[in-house]
Amino acid sequence: MTRTILAANITSRVRQLCIQANEQLPEDVHNCLMHARLQETWPVARQTLDTILENASVGAAEHVPICQDTGMACVFVELGQDVQIAGGYLEDAINEGVRLGYEAGYLRKSMVVDPLRRENTKTNLPALITCRVVRGDRLKITVAPKGGGAENMGAIKMLRPADGRQGVMDFVVDAVRAAGPNPCPPIVVGVGVGGNFDHVALLAKEALLRPTGDHNPDPYYAQMEDELLERINALGIGPAGFGGATTALAVHIRQMPTHIACLPVAVNLNCHVARHMEVVL
Amino acid sequence: MRTIEGVLTPELAASLSAGDQVLYSGVIYTARDAAHKRLVELLEKGEPLPFDPANAIIYYAGPAPAKPGQVIGSVGPTSSYRMDPYTPQLLEAGVRGLIGKGRRDQSVVDALVRTGGVYFAAIGGLGALIAKCVADSVTVAYEDLGTEAIRRMVVVDMPLTVVIDSRGNNLYEQGPAAYRASLAAAAAEAN
Repeated sequence: MTRTILAANITSRVRQLCIQANEQLPEDVHNCLMHARLQETWPVARQTLDTILENASVGAAEHVPICQDTGMACVFVELGQDVQIAGGYLEDAINEGVRLGYEAGYLRKSMVVDPLRRENTKTNLPALITCRVVRGDRLKITVAPKGGGAENMGAIKMLRPADGRQGVMDFVVDAVRAAGPNPCPPIVVGVGVGGNFDHVALLAKEALLRPTGDHNPDPYYAQMEDELLERINALGIGPAGFGGATTALAVHIRQMPTHIACLPVAVNLNCHVARHMEVVL
Repeated sequence: MRTIEGVLTPELAASLSAGDQVLYSGVIYTARDAAHKRLVELLEKGEPLPFDPANAIIYYAGPAPAKPGQVIGSVGPTSSYRMDPYTPQLLEAGVRGLIGKGRRDQSVVDALVRTGGVYFAAIGGLGALIAKCVADSVTVAYEDLGTEAIRRMVVVDMPLTVVIDSRGNNLYEQGPAAYRASLAAAAAEAN
C-alpha cells in the first residue's frame, strides 16, 4: 500500500518551516535557557541570559529572525518507504520550499556557489538535505537552520580504541574549550561516536535534533552526557564568553557500531539559537 | 552602564577597559569577510577606502534583509577571527574600533595596543534586538556583495562590551578566569 504526498505540499511546508524556525526559538531550547538563567550565579552571565531571552521574544513577537545568520538550510528527511511523491522530485520540492521561505521571510541568503570562488547564490540554495528511508507511509521533515559561527567550531578525530571513554570525553571538552566564545554560548553540544569518518559527523549533527536536554536512552551514554555537561560548564566560558556557569545548555551523544580498529568521534556545536522545527506528513 | 557617543577618539578609546559595558551612539560601518578582502586590496594599492578610516568603527555584520517599514533586518555580530588576517592593516590605516564576537589572534591584540584601538563584543545571536538600535543605514560600497556590502549605519544606544582594550587586557581571558577563581574560593570555604 503506498500513500501519495504531493510535491507542492512538501514545498509549502518547507517554506513555512524555514520562516518559523528562524523566528521562533523552539520550546525545548527556551526552557533550557530559562532553567540556566535560574541556576546562573555570575552577575554578567545572568544579565546576558536575560538579554538572550528578550531577543528571542522579539523574534517571535515581531516575526523577525532571532539571529541575522539564518543559516544553511539543513533539512533532514525520514521518508517512509511506502510513500510516493507525486508531481515532482523530493529534493526539488524541498529546495523550492527553501527558496520561497528565505525570500518571503526576509531571511538572509548565506550560501556561496563555490567554496573557493565564493559568489553568493542569492537564494540560500542549495539546501543541505539528508534523507533516510524508513519503514511506514509517513514523511517527516525537520528544518534546522545552522549558522556559520557555531558550525565552524566543529571537530572530528579518529581516536584509538584504547583511548576509550576518557579519550572521547577529553576530545569533546577540548573542542569546546578551543571554541571558547566563538560559537555563541550557551551552546548545545552534539557528539557522534562510532561508525566511520563520514557517519560520525552526521551522528553529531543529528544529535542536535533531539529535544534539547533529553538524555540518550542508553544509561551508559546518558551518564557521559551529564559528566560532559559538568566538565564543560566548569570551563567558565559562560554566556557570550564573558564568564559564568552556563557554557552549554546540554550535551547530546549519538553512537553507532564501528570497526574493531576504530573509535571515531565528532563534535558539532549549536549556538543558543538552536533552531529546529519539524512536520510529519 | 556608561554612555558614549560620536567619534571614537584616541582619548575616548584609551578611557575604556576590558569588561566595561557601554551604550554607543554614533556612526559605524559594516564589513565582513568579502569586504575586508577588498578593503585591504585597496590599501595595498595605495587607493582610498570607500569610507574615511580615521577613528572609524567597523562592525563585523551582515544583516538580514529589511522588512517593509524596517531600517534594517536582524543584524548581530559575526565571528571576528575570520577578519584577523586583515585587521592590523585597517588599524594602521586609522580604524579605531572593532565590533564583533569571539576571539582575536595575537597580531590583532598587538595592533590594538600599537594603534590605541579597542575591540568590542556585541552579543552573538542578538540580531533582532540590535536591529532596534539602528536609526539609519545606507550602503556605501560593494552592493554586489549583498549582505556583505559595506553599510554606514547610525546607531543609538547600541549595547557593547569592551573585550580587548588599548592596553591589551582581554575579557575573554579575565572573565572566565574570574568565574573559575570564584568557584575555587567557594570550594576552599566549604572545606
